[in-house]
Amino acid sequence: MHDMADNTRAAPPAPPGPGRRLRAGAAGRAVAGWAASFRHRLRAGEAGSLPVLLVLALVWIVFQSLNQNFLSPRNLSNLGVDIVGTGLIAVGVVFVLLIGELDLSVGSVSGLAAAVFAVLNVYHGVPEWLALVVAVLAGTAAGTVQGFSFARTRVPAFVVTLAGLLTWNGVMLAVLGTSGTVNLDENGLVAMLTNYYFTDDAVAYAVAALATGAVFLSSYLERRRRLAVGMPHRSLHDIMVRTAGVAVLAFATAYVLDRFQGLPLALLIFLVLVAGLDVLLRRTHYGRQVYALGGSVEAARRASLSVARVQTAVLAASGTLAACGGMFLASRITSVSQSSGSGVLLLNAVAAAVIGGTSLFGGRGTTWSAVLGILVIQSIASGMALTDTPTAVQLVITGGVLFAAVVIDSLSRRSQEAHGRA
Amino acid sequence: MPTPLLALHGVWKRFGVVEVLKDIELEIHAGQVLALLGDNGAGKSTLVKVISGVAPADRGALEWEGRPVQIRRPHDARDLGIATVFQDLALCGNLDVVGNLFLGREIRRFGLLDEVEMERRSRQLLERLTRGIRDLRGPVVSLSSGQRQTVAIARSLLGDPRVLLLDEPTAALGFEQTTEVLDLVDRLRDQGVGVLLISHNLGDVKALADRAAVLRLGRNNGFFDVNTASQEAIISSITGATENGPRRTAHHEAR
Repeated sequence: MHDMADNTRAAPPAPPGPGRRLRAGAAGRAVAGWAASFRHRLRAGEAGSLPVLLVLALVWIVFQSLNQNFLSPRNLSNLGVDIVGTGLIAVGVVFVLLIGELDLSVGSVSGLAAAVFAVLNVYHGVPEWLALVVAVLAGTAAGTVQGFSFARTRVPAFVVTLAGLLTWNGVMLAVLGTSGTVNLDENGLVAMLTNYYFTDDAVAYAVAALATGAVFLSSYLERRRRLAVGMPHRSLHDIMVRTAGVAVLAFATAYVLDRFQGLPLALLIFLVLVAGLDVLLRRTHYGRQVYALGGSVEAARRASLSVARVQTAVLAASGTLAACGGMFLASRITSVSQSSGSGVLLLNAVAAAVIGGTSLFGGRGTTWSAVLGILVIQSIASGMALTDTPTAVQLVITGGVLFAAVVIDSLSRRSQEAHGRA
Repeated sequence: MPTPLLALHGVWKRFGVVEVLKDIELEIHAGQVLALLGDNGAGKSTLVKVISGVAPADRGALEWEGRPVQIRRPHDARDLGIATVFQDLALCGNLDVVGNLFLGREIRRFGLLDEVEMERRSRQLLERLTRGIRDLRGPVVSLSSGQRQTVAIARSLLGDPRVLLLDEPTAALGFEQTTEVLDLVDRLRDQGVGVLLISHNLGDVKALADRAAVLRLGRNNGFFDVNTASQEAIISSITGATENGPRRTAHHEAR
């Protein structure tokens, strides 16, 4: 074996003179080194989010060349709001995929939550905030029931949640009764979720600055702690490049959004949730258990983890996020009907998680992959709408992208294992 | 002889209709290496799983320093101070070395995982064991099988165990690493750890173990003092040429 140069995490420990890499001429070498380490990671099966970024760039270039309005601030801003509903559901799917299972009930659960909200608020006059809380908790409850059944019976989660898909759909129809479509308050709290924009330009820039600052501070503080105990650490140069990358992305987004109506509340909530859940999964005890289950349930059990509790919690999280997503979807059309949460919603949510780079085999992926995946899917949908392409073509193309994502996932998994045998 | 650290009395284990362990007696003493020997299917690995709480005993009594204890799940064994290197290693391939070492007992700082401290301790621990692993942050599935075995051994040492169960710990190791592991077992014994060692290599057993317990077809088939017993006697006990276990009546279903 040989060390896998994982430059994203640790630069070689050798002389840690700060600024050493910043000298003139070093930049070229840094780029060459980065490229080499990237090729290495690619071969080692750690392509990360690069493939999906390439696909996204390709989709954007193609549609922009077909229709000049595609990359307009207006369309991009709408895209930013459209991704939130399905995106939140996809984040829940990421949780379940991480433990190597699949949740097929997320569509039904999102519809159920929307129905609970609509009936409580519109028919029974329950205040919006309370109805919203109850609706989200209904999703949590649905997820917990499924999680508990899955953990206790050890029936694969996709079967348990397939039963859930039917059950929650039935419950939703019962909740809605014969009413058919329920219209929500156009000026209410839930409507605001997707129609409120921070029109002050400063807000978007402030959020961008905060995000950049947080990225810089966290990597800088970690570097300082590592330096203090004499362990491998990122170079300052590395941190700067990373921070600059985040800054460019964040401020460019803020700039584009401000050219239309400002930062959409929905997008802000979405990104804050995704970032928060990313920390939860990758930096906490709970998240480590989730990843461990995706690696090997038996190994996790032997390491004294309470497997059943984690499994239940994961499906509860998925149900909760599905309910949240359902509220955003209902907010977007300010109505709830018997078809809420049905159709391609479930498939899009699962596809988003997988296209974004979360492994179907469990144990690999982050919440950010849901964001990237849903961006790809929604971009295709939006571009198709702009260019008047029939839905049939849209489905075929999304299917193709999904297939490509699964193939990449499978290949990278195999190459990782082959790497181990070397 | 002083009270054993861990003693098993009349332990039975059944998988479905198969009685895998029948009326097993075993004592693990502090500062001693007990070799557990037996042919394939004799029940060695199952016994390890019983002691480590992975597959708890159906019947029988366990004593820890003379007082009765229950080991119903892996957590119980860990709380007593029993650590295990399983034959299949039981690592999470997607987690990195640090993640595997600290799985289930992560160090936290402000509620978040303290990766820096965990990595520092992992480095310390691994430097004691071997020079073979440099990258602590790649997924364990990308390591060679020898390196993975080292990780599993390192993990078992993390909680300063008092009893260490080693199920074929050197199976995937090369000559040099095997020597490193055997030296380590020697040091641990000197520190007062009770070691249960499963090995197919009688040379290792002779060199390292103080006593040997032989299992045959799920039953005890003899205890030996490794320093005095002849290799032939041990082998014939393993193969069943001699039947010298503590026997009870033949109709073992009698309750």
